[in-house]
Amino acid sequence: MEPAPRSLLDKLWARHVVVEETPEAPAVLYIDLHLVHEVTSPQAFAALEERGLKVRRPDKTLATLDHSTPTKPAGADGKIPYADKETERQVAQLIANCEKHRIRLLGMDDPMRGIVHVIGPELGATQPGRTIVCGDSHTSTHGAFGALAFGIGTTEAGHVLATQCLLQRKPKSMRVVFDGACPRGVGAKDMALAFIATIGADGGQGYAVEFAGPAVEALSMDARMTLCNMSIEAGARSGMIAPDETTFAYLKSREFAPNGAHWERAVGEWRAFASDPGAHFDCEVRIDAAGLKPMITYGVSPDAALPVDAVAPRPANENARLAHDYMKFAEDRPMTEALVDRVFIGSCTNSRLSDLREAAAVMRGRKVNPRVIVLVVPGSHMVKRAAEAEALDRVFVEAGAEWREPGCSMCIAMNGDKGEPGELVVSTSNRNFIGRQGKGVRTVLASPATAAASAIEGRIADPRKYLGGGAS
Amino acid sequence: MNFDPIRTLRSRTVVLPQANIDTDQIVPARFLTTTTRAGLGKALFYDWRYDEDGRAKNSSVFNGVNPATHRILVAGPNFGCGSSREHAPWALHDFGFRAVASSDIADIFKSNALKNGLLPVAVDPATHQRLLNSPGREVTIDLERLTLSLDDGATAAFAVEPFARRCLLDGVDPLGHLQRHMPAIEAYEVRQSTAPDSEPR
Repeated sequence: MEPAPRSLLDKLWARHVVVEETPEAPAVLYIDLHLVHEVTSPQAFAALEERGLKVRRPDKTLATLDHSTPTKPAGADGKIPYADKETERQVAQLIANCEKHRIRLLGMDDPMRGIVHVIGPELGATQPGRTIVCGDSHTSTHGAFGALAFGIGTTEAGHVLATQCLLQRKPKSMRVVFDGACPRGVGAKDMALAFIATIGADGGQGYAVEFAGPAVEALSMDARMTLCNMSIEAGARSGMIAPDETTFAYLKSREFAPNGAHWERAVGEWRAFASDPGAHFDCEVRIDAAGLKPMITYGVSPDAALPVDAVAPRPANENARLAHDYMKFAEDRPMTEALVDRVFIGSCTNSRLSDLREAAAVMRGRKVNPRVIVLVVPGSHMVKRAAEAEALDRVFVEAGAEWREPGCSMCIAMNGDKGEPGELVVSTSNRNFIGRQGKGVRTVLASPATAAASAIEGRIADPRKYLGGGAS
Repeated sequence: MNFDPIRTLRSRTVVLPQANIDTDQIVPARFLTTTTRAGLGKALFYDWRYDEDGRAKNSSVFNGVNPATHRILVAGPNFGCGSSREHAPWALHDFGFRAVASSDIADIFKSNALKNGLLPVAVDPATHQRLLNSPGREVTIDLERLTLSLDDGATAAFAVEPFARRCLLDGVDPLGHLQRHMPAIEAYEVRQSTAPDSEPR
């Protein structure tokens, strides 16, 4: 008898089960890569110390500094301009923990430092067929390589540090197929927002999502990461895409990628991490990519998203009314009438080289509206260097934007980069929650192109007119 | 583990009816600079409870709430969505909550809550609506029977992942459980040729 067809999730799961789950206990799941950053790790290391335990596999652990690090460069005296004593102490704590437990840390002076979900792939530590966790909900990003990647809490991070394993039950599977091809001016961020709007902020709860279809296969690795990154905004802990030639070409020659004879063997193994024809999914969703437009959010949950050329909807219920009162979009008026105070281009969602190229294509030779403050924050030093090699930094600076050092910056607003109360911020990040980008800040999520166009116009803007073709 | 086992919980409710209450509302990111897990009750729903000057807002439902008698938070659907910060259940527990009831609760938050003596209780929509409609009512949650009962005797069932339930009821330590599987973990590493220093990386 033919073996039953298996999904990518089935294969990833089976590969990593150390002890099968039973009704009484979850599976013991092996973790290939544990990513660590300064905000969610101190208490995990402390829990280890309380029990006198060591980090079992420092060679499968990789740490970086990103959430609370300043994006302004060190001063002439070499002093790093931390927002406050607490963030500085948190950074010092991770440095000490990594030294003690012999974990590789991409420290403040490391040329590879960057946002945790940018550096894992850049180093080639993120690979198909792996299980990857981090005390960060956007760990779903790494699923873009055909990995099972999900965010965990600090207690679980302690479990992984101590045992390299987690207690997990297998999630349900959802396949999201994007049919057709995206029109010009529509990219992975728009696909992500359309997907979240389709299934709702809790529609993915309990599921691991596999993105598939021609519009997904056509995406670059940077764009695939954007799409998988936002899975958690639909409530799904992980998003994934089967690896293909695009994936292999991205990984080849990266620091941690297999080399020599190991490379061919690895690629052969990686190809098997794809859903078999006829594999079972607990839920299937189809979205017509050809019908998509650039998307923005109008509310305070990422599922409150509409095409940028839509009118602001009337609130349909009490929750929508609360969001409406906070966001202050004029009912039934085009959202492109809304004045913009600040634009943020960055975050683990949209801070990679292709994101910066997309924004620069709109801003090249143009000026930022004088009422708008624009922050462009590359996802890593590697992205920063690559962007500077193409003179993208000059495009941004000549347009009137600020070009910063890598980090999470205004996505989580822990490092001093934030908006002021009442400001409308068009942001390429992932969460439009109340106060996420600073107390009272109104966040509109958008693609890099839409954010850049909004920076130029000083109002929420449709990027298609700057990109030629496809404008409707 | 530094929390008491939960068996039954009889307490009054605090109600936050909004949908999609994210962990940034539960603990704003600026409080995440701590390196310990203690004392986060102060940060709980900070921007909902306090104004710019740190004075309690008149509109806050937390005014007059006695954490000793109001140990059950009732919230709108998709409670705890967003960031994986375990600071959210730490803050709820430190404030005095021992259970959160909703119609559905976000995955990572639920997993974190169960490890910190905070019971996530997802009930049917009708029971959820009754809870939302009557803030402050007395509710009994029985983890042994997996029931939530209102003070008029109406009872709803809920599910808790069986292992997490045993951890809460009997004080089973999940890390200890994992460590007892160490021989299997080591055998897995040999099988997958991923024992320390056995693979190029």
